[in-house]
Amino acid sequence: MAMTRKQKRLALIASAGAVLAIAAGLILFALSDKIVFFYTPSDITKQNIAAGSRVRIGGLVENGSVVRDASMNVTFRVTDTETSLTVHYKGLLPDLFREGQGVVAEGVYQGGNDVTADTVLAKHDENYMPKDVADALKKKGVWQGGKSQ
Amino acid sequence: MIVELGHFALIMAFATALIQTILPMWGAIVRDPGLAGMARYSAFVTFALVLIAYLALTMAYIGSDFSVVNVVMNSHSTKPLMYKISGVWSNHEGSMLLWVMILVLFAALVALRGGGMPERLLASVLSVQGAIAGAFLLFILLTSNPFLRLADVPMEGQGLNPILEDPGLAIHPPMLYLGYVGFSVAFSFAVGALVHGRIDAVWARFVRPWTLLAWIFLTLGIAMGSYWAYYELGWGGWWFWDPVENASLMPWLMGTALLHSTIVMEKRDALKVWTILLSILTFSLSLLGTFLVRSGVITSVHSFASDPTRGVFILGILTLFIGGGLSLFAWRAPSLKQGGLFAPVSREGALVVNNLFLATSAVAVLVGTLYPLVLETINGSKISVGAPYFNLTTVPLFVCLLVLIPFGQSLAWKRGDLTGVGQRLLAAFGLALLAMIVTFAVTRGGPVAAPLGLGLGVWLITGSATDIINRCYRRGSSLSVIFERAFGLPRSAWGTALAHAGMGITVIGISATAWGVESLAVVAKHDPLMVGPYTVSLEQAFKRKGEGYREDVAQFSVMEGASARGLIETSKRIHTGREMPTTEAGIVTYGLGQLYASVNEILPDGRVSIRFYWKPLVTLIWGGALIMALGGAISLADRRVRIALSTKTKRASPSNAEAKA
Repeated sequence: MAMTRKQKRLALIASAGAVLAIAAGLILFALSDKIVFFYTPSDITKQNIAAGSRVRIGGLVENGSVVRDASMNVTFRVTDTETSLTVHYKGLLPDLFREGQGVVAEGVYQGGNDVTADTVLAKHDENYMPKDVADALKKKGVWQGGKSQ
Repeated sequence: MIVELGHFALIMAFATALIQTILPMWGAIVRDPGLAGMARYSAFVTFALVLIAYLALTMAYIGSDFSVVNVVMNSHSTKPLMYKISGVWSNHEGSMLLWVMILVLFAALVALRGGGMPERLLASVLSVQGAIAGAFLLFILLTSNPFLRLADVPMEGQGLNPILEDPGLAIHPPMLYLGYVGFSVAFSFAVGALVHGRIDAVWARFVRPWTLLAWIFLTLGIAMGSYWAYYELGWGGWWFWDPVENASLMPWLMGTALLHSTIVMEKRDALKVWTILLSILTFSLSLLGTFLVRSGVITSVHSFASDPTRGVFILGILTLFIGGGLSLFAWRAPSLKQGGLFAPVSREGALVVNNLFLATSAVAVLVGTLYPLVLETINGSKISVGAPYFNLTTVPLFVCLLVLIPFGQSLAWKRGDLTGVGQRLLAAFGLALLAMIVTFAVTRGGPVAAPLGLGLGVWLITGSATDIINRCYRRGSSLSVIFERAFGLPRSAWGTALAHAGMGITVIGISATAWGVESLAVVAKHDPLMVGPYTVSLEQAFKRKGEGYREDVAQFSVMEGASARGLIETSKRIHTGREMPTTEAGIVTYGLGQLYASVNEILPDGRVSIRFYWKPLVTLIWGGALIMALGGAISLADRRVRIALSTKTKRASPSNAEAKA
């Protein structure tokens, strides 16, 4: 009944293999299914993103575009100075959200120029520019950061 | 003058760290006890020098010496003393200095307590510590010097980022660093053992208290960071799967695995090669965490000071130590003698399973954290890997692990009896099942995951209790005998039981988040708003001036049914100086739950747009972590006694550990 040295080692390796396989499966599935791509507003219109996909968009909050209603619904436009998207959001905006400043919104692309966001982030350095947005805008030559971040 | 002294001490520390690296290692290799003996003294001197540098910088902060760039950028003459002192590590340069100070502190402690260690092992351990310290001292001196002076001295400093001006900040980073950096000792021991080619139960007995100490601090540091983010960021969340949080979670997962594998090695002389590998990997993840936080390669809600040019330097250090450690491992590990054997169903086997789940969870977190970086480098696409990924990968792995914990705890060493363990755990399992069913019944129609998670948490607690009861209670034993046995139990048994029960408590707290209620509304004065079992209504909204800020305050009264339960206050604060707005959340604790208020805006007509949460049992999340750390501390107390004993009797009876186990 007692297992030989070889059998013991085999049992160990088999259980390790099983756990590793489960973990690898979970990681691969989650990576194919649960990640969100970052786009600028121009990317969205140019790349024919399918309506209903989950996206993360970044750009500047267009001046004068923020509209709030009584029940905490907010809409605002996010622009990369070329194209702009309308973002619909319900909830509290972050402390550092302001017009003319950088913003990142995550949610579902509704087709056309509309995005329904469930998360709005305004994280940034002292130049009020999220890194993703700064990179995207720099590429277009619209914004040159004063300081390297 | 003091600042120059600090700068000079830092340069000297680099020199002594080099001495500490080279001479003892050479002494260990050529077996020259004189050279090897240099290790302890150079470790003390390096520590003293870094301490002088650190105190010099602190003095500059306390005295508001605005000729120092670092002080100008991060301090203000009117700041309270506590934030002047904690301001030292609120920025990149100062926090790197703190990092190195903790590193050399650990080296000095190892030197102090290493009297009973084999001379050559101690010499090589301290040598590796010296090398790590030297590399980071060079990094500070060349890229992040906190002692740089200004030619034009300003009258006033720029103040601290207001988010960081908080008691949480005062203690969170030192705790976290004590954890991160503490794992360097395990790394150095691993490299020392590989250089020696000798590794045995004695090695594990020396390395385990250090690992446990680092683990306790890291546990506390993570819990504290989580609570700080919870009340300071005003989003009501307590974990965001943010890269910076992951950076501290990965070493914790790997370090927890290491903690368990050293037990196997100490008691059964098995899993040697694996333990060495874990020691290297755990500290590698600590270094990687430092790199992620300090280099600015990853954007994060927490990142506040980063500079990509420094990233290259840290990346170099990272490559040197991780690459070096792993290469040494690949070269020397095959020559290490394999240890004891065990049946798959045994305490050892259970600990292997624990290690597998913890290590794979760490890998899952690592992949999710680095994948955006890798993908952007490969094809330029920018992605974000968020909570959905991390929850999907880590939750199933952790659920499997947690279900198995009580079995592992009750299994015997070498060969276990699964049927017997099952019978002993029957009552514990029944209780957990009962808790789950009752919760299901009471919260009918609510989320399904919450009662399941609660049952899992109860299972961990009752399972731990079963282990203690089985060790104390035999049929027919009198109460006094039971108590005597309970007091006679090794402290590590109590420590294990507490730590696992603490995990169970945290799991209950996390599961209960599913019962949380969120209410979002724009309310006028005295408008009632339902938040879970409470009704809140706006009492007044007003402006107020505080020290260093002005704020718009919204004050609500809280009613439970017909009885008043006090006031809750939340505000929008503008910090003078930086003109930076922050939201100050209002948090009131009722029982184990918390009512959480976060104001969005006070409208011109006096109405307030507000977000309320009712978070039942939320305090258990951090309470459980505290109990885990307490369990670790109790085990450590046990360890200290045994180390003291073992150093005296080690040579006389090498099988001492066996007999005690």
